[in-house]
Amino acid sequence: MPVAIAAQSVNPELIVHFVRSVQEVISTMVGVQTTIGKPHLKAQSTPSYDVSGIIGFSGGVVGSMVVSFQTDAAVKLVARFAGSEFPPESPDFADAIGELANMIAGSAKKDLGAIASISTPNVIIGHGHIIARLADVPCVVIPCHTVAGDFAVEISIKQLSAKTP
Amino acid sequence: MKLLLVDDSRTMRNIQKNILKTMADDVQFTEAGDGMEALTAIAADPAGFDMILVDWNMPNMDGLTLVGRIRVKDKRTPLVMVTTEAEKTRVIEAIKAGVNNYVIKPFTPDTLLGKIKQTFERAQTPTPAAAAPAA
Repeated sequence: MPVAIAAQSVNPELIVHFVRSVQEVISTMVGVQTTIGKPHLKAQSTPSYDVSGIIGFSGGVVGSMVVSFQTDAAVKLVARFAGSEFPPESPDFADAIGELANMIAGSAKKDLGAIASISTPNVIIGHGHIIARLADVPCVVIPCHTVAGDFAVEISIKQLSAKTP
Repeated sequence: MKLLLVDDSRTMRNIQKNILKTMADDVQFTEAGDGMEALTAIAADPAGFDMILVDWNMPNMDGLTLVGRIRVKDKRTPLVMVTTEAEKTRVIEAIKAGVNNYVIKPFTPDTLLGKIKQTFERAQTPTPAAAAPAA
């Protein structure tokens, strides 16, 4: 069940950076516009949908970001991104989902104001899979809607170091 | 024209190929999925590449390490970093390591083509020191 975001628990700037990033990446690389729904907190360890592209953060920012797609939406978005349609079991499908997640995380990272590194992407496909996140960091869900279908960006990160100038 | 594309994402390499093949009729591509594979491809082709495009975050050997390894022996081949790493500190780090140009993902086809053409043009333009007649 969605939980309203408490003002003191999540830095709103964090959400702004990822909203900008996801809209830029999907618009530039996929060629569709993304409409953003109301961000909310979630407590469950299951992602919003069945296809997850996962990026880890380390250094001045730690935690993870998951881009969670409806399977149909993922297939359509990957077809536009890669220029070919791939079934979800194809390695090329996972590769494309991972690269989209990589670009969304990387583009947001530059605005987080800390020296941080991102991992190479991991992709998990399947209904009801569980993602372990940092226990003491809230998970913010940013719902995303496109003509190809829905997905969500799930951010569970915290800043450890002071902002860079 | 021989280009080496180094990126752990095959999707990204295909996107780059589809954009860059429009530059000329004779563009040949070699692909590598990480820095180690790139070094193997470079060693296997003594004639060398006209340009190398390098991702930053890759398994086994990252792009920054690869650039450093290439520049130990080869100061001339143009190297272009194509990456999500967009912070100024990262760009400076890459330039210090020896890249000639920098493309931030996500990119439009025009952006990538423009940076690649710019890099070729710079590489073909003699520096003032190189162009000066010998005393």
